[in-house]
Amino acid sequence: MNHWPILPVLLPALTAGLLALANPRPSLARAVSLASSALLLGLAVKLLLMAADGEQRVYALGDWPPPFGIVLVLDRLSALMIALTALLALTCLAYASTGADREGPFFHALFQFQLMGLMGAFLTGDLFNLFVFFEVLLIASYGLLLLGASPARLRAGLHYVVINLLGSSLFLIAVALLYALTGTLNFADLAVKVAALAGAERMLAQSAALLLLAVFALKAALFPLLLWLPGAYAAASAPVAALFAIMTKVGVYAILRVHLTVFPPAAGILEPGLTRWVVPAALLTAAVGALGALASDRLAATVAWLTVMSAGTALAVAGLASAQAVSAALFYVLHSTLATAALFLLAGSIAAQRGAAGDRLQRAPRMAQHWRLGALFLFAAAAFVGVPPLSGFVVKVMLLQASFGGLPGAAIWAVLLGTTLLALLALTRAGITLFWSARRATVPLAGNATALATGAIVVLLAVLAGLSALGGPIKAATDAAAAQLSAPRSYIDKVLRTPGRI
Amino acid sequence: MELLMAIGVGALTTAGVYLVLRAHSFAVIVGLTLLSYAVNLFVFASGGLKVGAPPRIAPGAAEYAEPLAQALVLTAIVISFAMTALVVALALRARLETGDDRTEPDLGAEDT
Repeated sequence: MNHWPILPVLLPALTAGLLALANPRPSLARAVSLASSALLLGLAVKLLLMAADGEQRVYALGDWPPPFGIVLVLDRLSALMIALTALLALTCLAYASTGADREGPFFHALFQFQLMGLMGAFLTGDLFNLFVFFEVLLIASYGLLLLGASPARLRAGLHYVVINLLGSSLFLIAVALLYALTGTLNFADLAVKVAALAGAERMLAQSAALLLLAVFALKAALFPLLLWLPGAYAAASAPVAALFAIMTKVGVYAILRVHLTVFPPAAGILEPGLTRWVVPAALLTAAVGALGALASDRLAATVAWLTVMSAGTALAVAGLASAQAVSAALFYVLHSTLATAALFLLAGSIAAQRGAAGDRLQRAPRMAQHWRLGALFLFAAAAFVGVPPLSGFVVKVMLLQASFGGLPGAAIWAVLLGTTLLALLALTRAGITLFWSARRATVPLAGNATALATGAIVVLLAVLAGLSALGGPIKAATDAAAAQLSAPRSYIDKVLRTPGRI
Repeated sequence: MELLMAIGVGALTTAGVYLVLRAHSFAVIVGLTLLSYAVNLFVFASGGLKVGAPPRIAPGAAEYAEPLAQALVLTAIVISFAMTALVVALALRARLETGDDRTEPDLGAEDT
C-alpha cells in the first residue's frame, strides 16, 4: 500500500508529541519545529505532484477495507489545500521565531498539533474523523490564541471557545442522525446510501445535511455566524492570526467536500439546493466583512474583517457549484489565504514599531523601518484588493467570469465589485494613517524587527506574485481539482473498491 | 424507553440552550455541559436502543447492540470532558483577571 497520504498527519503529530513530552529548551524546540515544518512543505509538494495524475489515493488505516475501516483520501483538492497549509505554516513559524513563540510555553507543540488537525481535516474520508480533526485543530487553536493571556485575549478566547463548542455539539447531532439513518460515516458509502433514502428518512438526511452546512458555515464565519471571528483574530498574536487565515478556509473546504460529494446537487437532498442556501449568506458575509474592515480602528481588526470578507467571496462563487465556479473559488482561496496572512504578519511588525499606539489607526511616532514596512504594506494591500497585474486582479477576473449570468451572477458581480472598493478604501485609509501621518520622532527598533520577519512576509508576497505569473498552470490545477470534485462518482468507486484484509 | 430517552435529550437541550444564552460565564459553562450530555445521549441512541444485548460476539446471543455508536460516544465524551475542563479554566482565569464573570463587559457596565 502507498503510505504517503498519512505522512502529513503523522509528521506534525510526532513532532508535537515530542515537543510536548520532552519540552526542550526554547531554541531547540524552535529548531525542531522549523525543521519539521520545512519537511512538511517538502512532503506537501511531493503529494501535490503525486495527486496531479488525477487518481485518488485511498489509505485504509490498519488495512481494514472501507467502509468498515477509517480511510484517508488524497485527491487533487486535498493535495492543493495541504500544500497551501504547509507553505503558510512555514512562513508563520519563521515569523513566530522572531519572538512571538516566547510569549507562552508550548507554542511549538500547539502549533504542530494545529497543523496535524488541519492536515487530517483535509485528508480524511470519514465524517466522524472530520469531527475529530476539527476538534484537534480547535483545541490547539484555543491554546495558541490564549498564549500570553491578556484580558482582551481571554475575553475573546472565551467567546471563541464557547461558540466552537456549540458548533461541535451541532456537528455531533448531524453525525448521529446520519449514522442512525445509514449505519456508516464514510463519505463514499454515505453518498451511496443517502441517495437511496426515501420518505421520512430522506427528510431526516436533509436536516442532517443542513445541520452540517450550519456547522461548516460557523467555521467559515458565514453570515450570521461571523461575529466570533474579528474579536478572536484581532486579539491573537500576529503569526497565530496569520495561521488562522486558513481556518475559515477549512470551513469552505468542508462545505465543498461534504456538500458536493455526500449530498451532491444532482441527488437533490439539500432542497432547494446548495446555491440558494449558500450564495445569499455568503454575499451578506462579504458585504458585512467589507463594512467591518472600513469601521475598524485597528489594523489587525481590519485584516480580520477582510478575512471574513474573503471567506464570503469564496463561498459566494463556490456556492454556484459549477466546475468553473468551484475552480475560481479555489484559486481565490489560495490567493486570499496568503494575502490575509501577509497582512496579519505586517500588522504585527507595524504594531511592534509604533510604541504605545500599537496597530491602532491613529497618529503615532514614525516607525524605524518606515520605508521597508510601507513598501511591503503597499504591495500586500494592492495584491489583496487586486491591482493589476497582481494575483488579486487575475483571480477576481476569474470569479467574475465564473459567476456571469442570471440573478445570482448579477448579485455576485455587484457585491464582489462593491466589497473590493470598500476593501481598497479601508486599506488606503489604514495606510495613510499609519505611514503618511506619522510624527517625526522615531520609536527605537523593537526586538523582532529582524530579516527573518521581513523574509517571511516577502516570501508570502513572492508567492502571491507567483500566483499571478504562473496563473495558467495554477488555473489548470484548480480546474482539474474542481472537475474531480464535481464528478464524485470516481471518488466513490475508488474508495469503495479499495481492497483490505479482515 | 425511546420516549424516556427522547424526553431526556429534549429537556437537556432546552435547559442547555437557555443557559448558554445567559450573560455570565458560569451559566454558559453549565449550559454547555448539559448540551454535551444531551448530544452524547443522542449519539448513543443513534445505534438503536436495546436492553441486555451484548455489543460484541457472544455465545448464544440472539441480538446485538450497536458497538460503533458506543465507541463514537466514548470519543465524544472524552472530547467534551476535556473541553469543559478547558473552558472552566479559561472562565476562572478571565474572572480573576477582569474581576467579573460577565461574558460581555460592555453590557450593563453602567450599573457597576
